[in-house]
Amino acid sequence: MSATPLLELRGIDKSFGPVQVLRDVAFSAHPGEVTALVGDNGAGKSTLVKCISGIYPTDAGEFRFDGRPVTINSPRDAAALGIEVVYQDLALCDNLDIVQNMFLGREKRSGIVLDEPTMEQMAADTLAGLSVRTVKSLRQHVSSLSGGQRQTVAIAKAVLWNSRLVILDEPTAALGVAQTAQVLELVRRLADNGLAVVLISHNMNDVFAVSDRVAALYLGQMVAQVKTTDITHSQVVELITAGRSGGLGLATEPANGGKGHGAQPAGSNPGGVQ
Amino acid sequence: MTSTVVRKDGPAAVTPPPTLGSHVRNYVSRVRGGDIGALPAVLGLVVLCTVFSVMRPTFLSAGNFANLFTQGAAVTLIAMGLVFVLLLGEIDLSAGFASGVCAAILANVVTVLGYPWYVAVLAAIVTGVAIGTTLGFLVAKIGIPSFVVTLAGFLAFQGIVLMLMEEGANISVRDEVLVAIANRNLPPVLGWLLAAVAVAGYAAVQLLRHRKRASRGLLTDPIAVVFARVGGLALVLGAAVFILNLERSRNVVISSLKGVPIVVPIIAALLVFWTFVLQRTTYGRHVYAVGGNKEAARRAGINVDRIRISVFVICSSMAAVGGIVAASRANSVDPNTGGSDVLLYAVGAAVIGGTSLFGGKGRVLDAVLGGAVVAVIDNGMGLMGYSSGVKYVVTGVVLLLAASVDAFSRRRSTSTGNR
Repeated sequence: MSATPLLELRGIDKSFGPVQVLRDVAFSAHPGEVTALVGDNGAGKSTLVKCISGIYPTDAGEFRFDGRPVTINSPRDAAALGIEVVYQDLALCDNLDIVQNMFLGREKRSGIVLDEPTMEQMAADTLAGLSVRTVKSLRQHVSSLSGGQRQTVAIAKAVLWNSRLVILDEPTAALGVAQTAQVLELVRRLADNGLAVVLISHNMNDVFAVSDRVAALYLGQMVAQVKTTDITHSQVVELITAGRSGGLGLATEPANGGKGHGAQPAGSNPGGVQ
Repeated sequence: MTSTVVRKDGPAAVTPPPTLGSHVRNYVSRVRGGDIGALPAVLGLVVLCTVFSVMRPTFLSAGNFANLFTQGAAVTLIAMGLVFVLLLGEIDLSAGFASGVCAAILANVVTVLGYPWYVAVLAAIVTGVAIGTTLGFLVAKIGIPSFVVTLAGFLAFQGIVLMLMEEGANISVRDEVLVAIANRNLPPVLGWLLAAVAVAGYAAVQLLRHRKRASRGLLTDPIAVVFARVGGLALVLGAAVFILNLERSRNVVISSLKGVPIVVPIIAALLVFWTFVLQRTTYGRHVYAVGGNKEAARRAGINVDRIRISVFVICSSMAAVGGIVAASRANSVDPNTGGSDVLLYAVGAAVIGGTSLFGGKGRVLDAVLGGAVVAVIDNGMGLMGYSSGVKYVVTGVVLLLAASVDAFSRRRSTSTGNR
């Protein structure tokens, strides 16, 4: 969709003591696209996300945001750039309503009084922008919402703040079929609205349903980042489990010089082989 | 590549505007879903008042009605502070004796040291703040469970009261202003004036909010509901002021006794103030958030420790106010001020009013409604000539009842996905 990635990482290293969790990882996320980040348990997905969101410092590597080199030292830095993360456990307060949750910690005030009408209107506009029609009332307590609706609220909370990159950590893991479809539709719409979306998922159906690109981590190394259309279901599974698949992945140079690679200098050099 | 989300469609929630009928239906379904709020307290109040007035007609007399307010005042004030602690799912068992310590400081400063009343009041409240800060620090920063910290406080403060009283002697409080708080009444005209101001203020706030929301095209409560609320408040306040303004002196020739007890507007003002803090300020929102999901609050950038300390400060400060009122009512402070049943009555008041022991749910109004229930039980059983033994048992049973209502409504909430 666009030539310059919104977020571009190069050569990211991260160790916890003697354990090297990320090795020379390159990763990019493009505006208007959903990038699926896949990998087995322990492959380093969560660590990578925490590095992007400023929770963990990186040992080495380069961050570029919007083409400019940046340093992200804290979650606040990430938020200032417009990076929002929706964690798996959502972090919503059951006893507060949708509007209150969306503005939690960043309430709008007029004087010392909470400005409820403004907040409610902004929340309504955001949900409308995402074409969310599943919630009955914005003044509903979150405890009365279904899993899919909660996910919707959490995602809407993330896009409320002029965010440009939204990272979703397994948003469909706990959902039923219909709700999964709803959330995936919402994920797609985020990208269509011009945001860069990173979707962490274990579910291949989800990955192929919404993503434009797939980035596969294997034991801390980025083994491939390719267009979803250029890869098959079983190839992704092989990348996740073995780190290589045909021409893709570790040890072999990319034989598949498809169009997905040309648009993406960082990711097209899969593996960052040590 | 816009930084904001593109706004395409109309409002997210396409719901028909609520009518009076749908408002009532919503309320009924909320109650059935376990969100019963203050309903048990209000029903309990009605039932208790009916029973007592049938058994003992004096219960309904104007004199006894005024008594109820002064009797329940201290417990209600302490319960108002406890609501904040309970909202975080914590408990403050030391609130009763904290009020005793503050009352003892008050009596010492005003009677023994001879300072003016406002110095004594200030000293008492500063003591409350200091106690709350200590408790809050131990709970939030050191990480001792609030139950243990405040149980220790319960014992220690009892000892401090004894030491301040020089082993059991009591100190009388003779200061005119302090005695007036729980023993004198407002002139009848002033009572009416305050009631009118309260109703007008409430109406203004409600109508203003209604207009502001309507002008932005947000869903509003039907205007009939707004008027019903204002009318209801006017009715309750009007009736209360009318009864309190009746002559209740046995012998009018010797002295006239009528008007709203001074402690009533004090409670009302604190009720309005703390309700404003909880419902309309960022701080209040954060208290609810920490009570609902501590981790979510932390990730939202809320300073959880500061909130936890602050609720203990509010609780102990309100206990100080309760102690001042108790000292005023008794004209003295003795080693038992704030002791025996005060704490359990206060916790009971908050819980009976509908504040959850599990945190995240409660209002300051709950303390007032629950305080009324506790005062009615205490007063009515006394009129019927039951011993304090029976009174304790009944109050204990009522507390247990309220706690089980809380637990049941919580279970129902989780099963219906409501709260």
